[in-house]
Amino acid sequence: MNHGKILLVEDNPDDVALTLRALKSHNITNEVIVAQDGVQAIDYLFGSKEEQRAPTDLPAVVLLDLKLPKINGMEVLQRIRSEERTKVLPVVILTSSDEERDVIEGYKLGANSYVRKPVDFVEFTKAAQQLGLYWLLMNRVPPAPRGP
Amino acid sequence: MAIRDWPIKRKLTAILLLISGLVLVLTSAAFVTYQVVTFRQTMRNNLATRSRILAANSTAALAFANEADATELLAALKYDPHMVAAALYDKNGRVLATYPVAASADLVPPAPQPDGYRFEGGRLVGFTPVAQGGNQRLGTLYIASDTKAVSDALRLSGIIAVVVLAIAMLAAYALAAALQGRISAPILALADTAKVASTGQDYSVRAPKFGEDELGVLTDAFNEMLRRIEQQKQELQQHALGLEQRVAERTQELEHRNEQLKRNAAELLASNTELDAFAYSVSHDLRAPLRSIDGFSQVLLEDYAAQLGDAGRDSLQRVRVASQRMATLIDDLLKLARVTRAEMRTEPVDLSRMAQEIVAEIQRATPDRPVEFAIAPGLLAQGDSRLLRVVLDNLLRNGWKYSAKRPQPRVEFSALDQNGDRVFVIKDNGAGFDMRFADKLFGVFQRLHSASEFEGTGVGLATVRRIVNRHGGRVWAEGAVDQGASFYFTL
Repeated sequence: MNHGKILLVEDNPDDVALTLRALKSHNITNEVIVAQDGVQAIDYLFGSKEEQRAPTDLPAVVLLDLKLPKINGMEVLQRIRSEERTKVLPVVILTSSDEERDVIEGYKLGANSYVRKPVDFVEFTKAAQQLGLYWLLMNRVPPAPRGP
Repeated sequence: MAIRDWPIKRKLTAILLLISGLVLVLTSAAFVTYQVVTFRQTMRNNLATRSRILAANSTAALAFANEADATELLAALKYDPHMVAAALYDKNGRVLATYPVAASADLVPPAPQPDGYRFEGGRLVGFTPVAQGGNQRLGTLYIASDTKAVSDALRLSGIIAVVVLAIAMLAAYALAAALQGRISAPILALADTAKVASTGQDYSVRAPKFGEDELGVLTDAFNEMLRRIEQQKQELQQHALGLEQRVAERTQELEHRNEQLKRNAAELLASNTELDAFAYSVSHDLRAPLRSIDGFSQVLLEDYAAQLGDAGRDSLQRVRVASQRMATLIDDLLKLARVTRAEMRTEPVDLSRMAQEIVAEIQRATPDRPVEFAIAPGLLAQGDSRLLRVVLDNLLRNGWKYSAKRPQPRVEFSALDQNGDRVFVIKDNGAGFDMRFADKLFGVFQRLHSASEFEGTGVGLATVRRIVNRHGGRVWAEGAVDQGASFYFTL
């Protein structure tokens, strides 16, 4: 298990609790940062005036919900992909929506993966496990961008 | 200008003049000829008489061959200026005396010719026998006069005739000119009216009628025609007005309808967009709470299994099942809504091949439930391939689902012709249904079996019907309890 962080962008606290539980139940003990809306997610990744994050602090993967208050998931994705720092950051869209146009738009904007959250919790945990195993273990994280 | 192109007046006048002229000329000629003939006759008679008288007086001179007396006798002819020559011949034909005394051969022939009076060589000549008493011919008297009298008479007659002719022609001309108007005036009036009517397009003019003869009839007929034309023209105008009005009304109506249609289309677009937004939020917002329900129920089951007991666990399990079922219902409803919204693209579709692909998927997913699928080859149709795939998927899976409990489950997909339409059939030998409830089959959420018998949400057939209807076709089913079901559809 590597020590990459997971950035979970999710506004529904139930879903957050269930996701954390699901990850834990499969022994995925990486640190999970939770952003409850798009603004928080962006602040975390790019920092606000108050705190500047160092590049090496980027998460290994971002689990991104689409329906978020303030700025929605697609906009966050756009922002992520438009900054040099986070251009190649792995983003998995994890959402309830099954709409074709969301899938298309997500991939168009540069998401690495699109997963529909199942209602059945048992299935949900299985999905979480698979996601975690894949993105944290199997997947090679892009190296942090060097620079000043 | 050819005679046929002369104006009527001139024609009529010319005809009248020609006829009068001809008549006059013939009459004059006849008259003159008559004159001449009778004059000549008279002249001849006169000469004959004169001759005979002279011959009778010359018997003594001839008998005694008295040349002097003979000459004296003949010389008396000088009192008639028309006498040209005369001669007495004795019985041997020798000239005894001549008048004029010295007459050339052309005046007095050398020998007497046969008796008689005739016109010869421009003169009237006569040979009279001189005889005494009985038949003793003593000689011949020759007498010749000129024909000036005839010529004069002829000339006079001619002049008179010509003068009369001229006067008569003048009179004829005057009369003709005056009277031809009787004929030509109505004709000219008719012609004028016709010209006015045709060039000026004015059909209100009428030709004046002059009398009850054929021209009057013609004028009447012509006027009647004009009246008819005028009337029809008015009718036509009214018709045209009426038509224009109707066209204007129709156009307005059409514009109205157009506006309405545009409004309808806009409304439809608006409601479609709303539906879109609705479906989108449904797909997201309705599922999230379900996930929580299911998730935390599972948490309870996992973490508090011991405390819950069997009843508690059972309850939570039911909660989970219910929430999952609701998720499936939502998904199926969403599919149904998507089917209604989707744009249809019509193209030729190979239904046989599509069915085989679906069957392969089903068999791959559940290898433990073997079902025999019989798919007729070469089933083709025109329609949207994605939507038709949904239809086949639903119907084939239904067939598979409801026949799974059979020892030898079998699903058939074929086609037949019914009244000229192509009807596709999917038949299974499964549980079938009661025909009394056949019309409920395609309703949304309507099921004829409980969920414990066969799983399903009751939306599949509603979706099928919606798609088939969008293709302009019909779908219906036949079946009997425990004897399988057949589903028919046309496109």
